[in-house]
This record gives sequence, C-alpha cells and structure tokens, in this order.
Amino acid sequence: MGSAHSVPAEMRELADRTGFTSEQIEHLHRRFKQLSRDQLTIRKENFDSIPDLEFNPIRGKIVHAFFDKRNLRQESDGLADEINFEDFLTIMSYFRPIEMNMDEEQLDRFRKEKLKFLFHMYDSDHDGKITLQEYRNVTYGPSCPVTTEFPAPALTRCLGPDQVYEGITFDDFLKMWQGIDIETKMHVRFLNMETIAHCY
Amino acid sequence: MGTAALRALPWALLLLGPLLPGQGLQANPMLASEPPQGQPAQLPGAEIGGFTPAPPASAQEIQPLNKQPANGSGEGHAKPRKAFPVLGIDYKHVRVPFEISLWILLACLMKLGFHVIPSVSNIVPESCLLIVVGLLVGGLIKGVGEKPPILNSDVFFLFLLPPIILDAGYFLPLRQFTENLGTILIFAVVGTLWNAFFLGGLMYAVCQVGGPGLNHIGLLANLLFGSIISAVDPVAVLAVFEEIHINELLHILVFGESLLNDAVTVVLYHLFEEFATFEQVTIIDIILGFLSFFVVSLGGVFVGVIYGLIAAFTSRFTSHIRVIEPLFVFLYSYMAYLSAELFHLSGIMALIASGVVMRPYVEANISHKSHTTIKYFLKMWSSVSETLIFIFLGVSTVAGHHYWNWTFVISTLLFCLIARVLGVLVLTWFINKFRIVKLTPKDQFIIAYGGLRGAIAFSLCYLLDYRHFGMRDMFLTAIITVIFFTVFVQGMTIRPLVDLLAVKKKQETKRSINEEIHTQFLDHLLTGIEDICGHYGHHHWKDKLNRFNKKYVKKCLIAGERSKEPQLIAFYHKMEMKQAIELVESGGIGKIPSAVSTVSIQNINPKTLPVERILPALSKDKEEEIRKILRNNLQKTRQRLRSYNRHTLVADPYEEAWNQMLLRRQKARQLEQKMNNYLTVPAHKLDSPTMSRARIGSDPLAYEPKADSENLPIITIDPASPQSPESVDLMNEEPKGCGGLPPSPEEDEEGLVMRVKEPSSPGTDDVFTPGTGDSPSNQRMLRCLSDPGPRPEPEEGEPFIPKGQ
Repeated sequence: MGSAHSVPAEMRELADRTGFTSEQIEHLHRRFKQLSRDQLTIRKENFDSIPDLEFNPIRGKIVHAFFDKRNLRQESDGLADEINFEDFLTIMSYFRPIEMNMDEEQLDRFRKEKLKFLFHMYDSDHDGKITLQEYRNVTYGPSCPVTTEFPAPALTRCLGPDQVYEGITFDDFLKMWQGIDIETKMHVRFLNMETIAHCY
Repeated sequence: MGTAALRALPWALLLLGPLLPGQGLQANPMLASEPPQGQPAQLPGAEIGGFTPAPPASAQEIQPLNKQPANGSGEGHAKPRKAFPVLGIDYKHVRVPFEISLWILLACLMKLGFHVIPSVSNIVPESCLLIVVGLLVGGLIKGVGEKPPILNSDVFFLFLLPPIILDAGYFLPLRQFTENLGTILIFAVVGTLWNAFFLGGLMYAVCQVGGPGLNHIGLLANLLFGSIISAVDPVAVLAVFEEIHINELLHILVFGESLLNDAVTVVLYHLFEEFATFEQVTIIDIILGFLSFFVVSLGGVFVGVIYGLIAAFTSRFTSHIRVIEPLFVFLYSYMAYLSAELFHLSGIMALIASGVVMRPYVEANISHKSHTTIKYFLKMWSSVSETLIFIFLGVSTVAGHHYWNWTFVISTLLFCLIARVLGVLVLTWFINKFRIVKLTPKDQFIIAYGGLRGAIAFSLCYLLDYRHFGMRDMFLTAIITVIFFTVFVQGMTIRPLVDLLAVKKKQETKRSINEEIHTQFLDHLLTGIEDICGHYGHHHWKDKLNRFNKKYVKKCLIAGERSKEPQLIAFYHKMEMKQAIELVESGGIGKIPSAVSTVSIQNINPKTLPVERILPALSKDKEEEIRKILRNNLQKTRQRLRSYNRHTLVADPYEEAWNQMLLRRQKARQLEQKMNNYLTVPAHKLDSPTMSRARIGSDPLAYEPKADSENLPIITIDPASPQSPESVDLMNEEPKGCGGLPPSPEEDEEGLVMRVKEPSSPGTDDVFTPGTGDSPSNQRMLRCLSDPGPRPEPEEGEPFIPKGQ
C-alpha cells in the first residue's frame, strides 16, 4: 500500500477480504507503518522493536506465524522473507472477534480458520502433522526445563484403539479443540485501537 | 438406682422438662429458652436420631433423686446435715454453649433429614425447607410459652456470614470472575443503585398516597428501605443456584453481583441512616456519600489484600508446623473481615479479596493435608452457617414484631420485581455492546429471576434504630415477605424454568491438562498479537501482572523451590496426583477413562506402538464389568466444577469414587490378585497405570518405556519399591514401601518438583510431609493422601484394596 494509501477502492477490497472495517484498517495501517519504519514491507527484524514482545515465551512462534506462507493464504509453502500490509492484515484477520450476524456456516468456517492458524503454529516443519516433539516445543517454550516429562495431552484420546500414533493431523486437532470455544476466546479487540504505543 | 439411671438423669431432665411443670426445681429455667429438642414427633420430616427421650417411667424414679441434689447444692451449708451432692445440676454454667450447640445440632440434623428423604428436596430447594423448619421451631417455642430468639444481627454479621463468604471467596473461579468483571461490576453497582433509588422513590410515592398509616414515612426512610432490600443476597443465591447447576457464566454473574453489591449496600445504608438524623441534607453530604462509596469498596479490597499477603507470607514459614496452617488461613481472613467492619468498610469485599489473594501462594506452600483441611472446614462451616441462617430466618419471622400493611407490602414486592427486571434489561442492553459473548434474553431472564433477597436484608433492617425509624416493624414485615417470596417462589420455580427454557447447564467437562495447556498457549499468543498491534488490551495487562507476580511476588511469598515451578508443571502434578489416587483406589486394575491423560511423552514412540498384553487375559465380560464400574465411579466425580456445592465436595475427584469403591471391593478383589502378579514389574519400567490401561485394552495407546530413561525422571505411580518389586499393597505399605523411600528432608520443601530418579534411601517419615513427585516419593504421595501416618491407620487406609484379605 505504501505511502499513497487509503485509495478507497483498495481499502474496500481489503475490507471485504479481511472483514475489517475501514477504521480498523486505518489503525492497523498506522501501526504497520510504525513497525516497518515507513517501508513497504516488514521483515522479521522489525518485530524486534516491540519491547513487550521480548517477554513472550512463544515470541518466536508468533513472529514465525506472520511469515508463514500457509497463513498468508498463498499456495506455496515455506516462509516469506517479508510481508506487506495486505499480508499483515490477513494475519490479523484471524483474530477478529465474532460478529452477531454470523450464521452457523460462517461461524464454523471462522472457527476452522482460527484453528488452522493455531495448527500451523504447532506444525513447525510444515508437514501437515504435529508430532509430539513439535507439540512440546510449542507448549513449553524455552522456559520449561527440557528434561521434564510432560504428559502428551489428550491428543491420543482422539485416536482409535488400533491407530498408530504418527502425529496429529488437522482433523485430530479440530477434535481436540472441540470443547473449547475458540471463536470466542481467540480474538483481540480491535475496537479501541487508540492506545497505540508511540514509543519507538 | 443403677448408674445407668444416674447417667440418664441429665438427659431425662432435659427432655422431660416440659413434662415436669412447676417442680420448682432448678431444672426448669434450663428448659425455658431451650428449643424443644425433646419433641421429635412434632418436627416433621426430621429425624432427630440422637434425641430419643428417656422412657417416662424413669421420671418417677428420677424425681426423688432430683429433689435431693437440687436442694442440696442450692442450700449449701445451711442445712445441718445435707447429703453429699452426688449429682448436681448447674445449667446456668453451660447454658450459652449448650444452647448454641443444640441449635447447630438441629441445623445439622435438618440437613441430614433432607437428604434421607430425597423426594422432597428434589422439588423444594433446601433453603425453603429450612425456613419452614425454622417457622415450626419458632412456633413451637412460642407455643411452649417462651420467647423465640430472633436472629441477632451481631451474631449474623460476625459469626454466620463470614464462613459463607470466605468459602465463596477462597474458591472463587478467578478466571471467569475476571473475564466478566466488567459485567459483574456494572450489575452490582449500577444495578443496585438503580434498584435502591427506583424502589425508594416509588415507595415514597406510594406512601404519600397510601393512606394515613403511611403518610408519615419520609423520603429518606423510604430510600433507606429501598437500599436495604435492593441488594441481591449471596447466601440465598448460593443456596439456590448451587442446586440447579446452571452454566458457569450465569452462575458467576449472579453470584459475583451478590458479592460485590455489598459495598453499595453498606454505603447506602450508612448514608441514609446518617442522613435520617440530619435536619437537612446538603450537596456536600451527597458528594461525601459518593466518595465514601469508593472508600468503602476500595478500602475493603485493600484491607483484604494486605491480610492476604500477610497470610501468604506467614504460610511460607509453616513448613515445620503443618498442623496449624489452616488456622492461619481462617484467622487472617477473619481478621480482614473484622478490620474492615471496624472502619465501616465493606467486610465482604475484604474477605473475598483476602481469600483470592492468599490462595495461590498459600496453596503452593501448605501441605496437601492442610489444603484438604481448609477445604473441608470451609465447606463445613459455610454449610452449617447457611442452614442456621435459614432456620433463624424462620424463627425470627415467628418471633418478630410485625406490622402488616397491605399496601406497603404488596407494592414493595411488586416494585422489587419490576425494578429488578427493568434494571437487568437496560443494563444488559448496555453491556452487550462491549461483550464478545453476548447475554441472550434467556440469560437475562435467569439473571433477573435469580435476584434473591435474603438474610442480609433482614439483619440490616433489624439493626435500624427504633427512635429514628418507628416504622421499622413494617419494614421488617415487608422485607420478610419479599425474602419469603423470592426464596420460596423464585427458588422453587427456577429449576423447572431452567429446564423449560433449556438454559445451558454446567458442562460436565473435565478440566484436563489439555485445556490448561491450550489456555496458556492462547494467552501468550493473544498477548503477543496485542503487543504487535500496539494495543494495550486485556491480555497485555494480565500478562504484565503475571510477570510481576512471577518475578517479585512469588519469590517473597512462596517457600523455597516451589516459587520457580512453572505453573503448568504444578498443574500437571496436581492432575497426576488425582490420577494416581483414582488409579490406586481402583486397585490399579483399571483403565481410567482418559479424562486426564497422562501419556508420557517419552513413551510414545512416534512410529510404532505395540500393544503388549502382559496380563493374563481377563475374560471379556470381567473387563467390561471393571470398565463399567470405573467409568461409573469416575464419571460422577470428574466435573469441571467450580460450583460451591456443599453437599458433596464434588470438586474432589476421588471422594465419591472412594466410597463407591469400598462397596465394590469384593468384585475387584479377584482381579486384583491377578493384577498383583504383573504389577510387580519394577518401577523403572513404566508407569504402571498407563501400562495397565494398555492391558485392559481399548486404550488408545500402549506405552513402551524408552531405553534412555536415565535423564527423564519418571512419575511412576507404582507404589512398589523399585528395588523390591512387590505387589500393590498400600494399606500395609508403611513398613516396606512407604517407609522405604522418602526423600531427604530438604526435598520436603520442594514439593512438586521433577527430579531425575535417584536411588532411594531410607529415611524418616513425617506425617505431614508434602513431598510428592518422582518415583522414590510416590509412595509418600499416596501415603500423604491416604494419611496413614507413622502407622497405617485402618480407617484411612480403607479405600485401598488390602492385600489378600
């Protein structure tokens, strides 16, 4: 989008695609410019400038998720080197809160998308399955001692008695999260974005 | 006369008091104000098993004996030759504790009675039954000619209310509470204010037009009345809601509101009470009143937090005197309550704040047994308190002076309901703009309908001064009517309505480790996204608080190593322990439906998973039977609780299962024999529970130990000692297994910490050792839970299947 942003047609198209309102897009665009230091794209290093993110144990995963091509709805696989505003918005759209006027099907799709995002976060080697190792990496992060034995959660409960456990596929993942209302939990309030930090 | 008669003497006198009128004995005053315990036949629905009256025949015998000591002790040295008083009666000496105990005993027996006769309590909530009992008891006392005791406000506020609130605060489901805090606050503050003013104003209007009896009641008096009656009562809400098992959101909304509106009630009450003595109310007074609201509520919270921190700090050092740990919790909380009341701050908020603040730290510091003790005592006290409160409400109704004015009472009732409904509707409309999970009309209905009034309103009114409020009796009558209406009508009908409206009930989901991990993960993720957006939202601040907590606060308040323990690990340990208990009580024979799956990571070979059947094959139907038994037992207890159910501490996963297992021991015993053979697999091999699960078959996975298990500490539930493989024999464990491998003293402090498995070393036991964790100490874990002490005490070791009996 660059400096000549807010071309209305583009905005509308973005709004349609990602589901944000134009106001929210404006806010996010401002933020994007901050992060990218007025460049057109963001690289991984740009995320280092966020001080609060340092403390986050899964920081790496989050940043990685931004560049994950699967999340960017691109056909290819692997990691992008840099993302533009559109991609930024795409990632952010995973965290939209649900709206009242969504019907069952939309809700279901919404939910699946969010879970797919999460799935991609777990599945670091992009093979479509989460192995225990990957799972452990994600859930513990660097803060937990590696030697702890930790239960693999009820992933296995989804499997039938004779199934061999090779890794969790997306369907298993869906089953795992069945009891948890992901659509209500996984959201960020984009309503009041005035509290944008200006400390860079 | 035999000693038996002598021993029966006091009882007989007690019980036969009414039958010995005018004896002029010292015995009589004793019975004057005593509730008629000795008339079981007249108390319907209750089984007062303990008070079978002595056969009247002995009354004759007793009288002559009676006269003698009475006269003897009464007259002392006046008589030249008095017989030595073999038996004397001095009721005055013990009167107060005696009566208190009798009342409490009555309350407990009532509770017992209701559960023995389940049919009634299914329809009518317990609170209603208790009030009815209170009415009857009060009527009886009145019938005997005595003055029934009225619920003394001091007794209520200082002794009866705190346990209930502390119980609620200590076990408050914090996550839901904080997520909905905004909503709760709005309902509590704005809703109560609206109710108070709306009701007060309308009642004033009614009084003006209501005829001569009412005209003299001023605006202030009406506003005061409104403020007293507008507050939703936590006791009543708890009593009714915990029986209907409504979904957590609604439960926490109504319950949270009832707790937090105390601040508003206190402020309004004192405000109007003071204003009533003023000649004129100026703007300054109103502003001061407004300010006092903040002082009262925030001050109360502040006091609670201080005491909570002190309690947490104290608990850090109690590792050597475990026995009094629970006392610290209770005393500090009670002190918080009293201190807040001292300054006219909100005692309820102080109590809640102290419970909430101290809990995470105290729980990390105290032993498992202390934790159990605290839980049990709190539930016990709050249960008894609640029962007593309702009974006394009934008695006070009979005892109080009433002044019935149709207009006043009916309009009060009507406007109360209208105010509540309107308030909820308007506020919900407003709140829904900000909520992600909107409140549906059904929810709104339940919230409005669940606005029960209770004993707090009654006590507050009772405290009113007659001089300023001559119409106190009328107020009392109206309040009691409203209380009765809400408790009886609304309390009774809410359950069928909930079913009718198909309101979402409490999910019986198991709070598995799975969910916990995911919740934490989500928290981190959302915090990260918020940071990237630059949006300082909910998660951001929560994260900051957590970090602050971890960095500074935990270090101060949690003893030793445990402060460093990641929360997830602690949670995992808890789950493991629960699982171990469940497993052990089933004799280690069962597949435990994987509510809490403890598949060890290391044991899942990603490639192949042979299902080994080491067990001699059990016949299919036996397996099925076992599985069914376990499923039935454990399903009942696995609840995602967090309701304050006092009847059955259902949060405990193993209580019920234990009891049931006792009954089913025979069936399992045979299996157990066979099991014993294979459970002698040395501990390092594998988690026996998981192995056993695999064996029984339709477990998703079987687990195979990895060869390189040196670096990976194993939590093995196998109680057999690693060196001397022995059968599972927990009851007689003590001499061999448990005594064998307790870790060294400094490990005591560490609590739930994972360590590399080390060779066991014999050592001394400590009954209150909190140690749990890896294999050398898993017996201690089990032992702790079964609490056999230095010697296995049969009654506590009972649930464990004894060896070869």
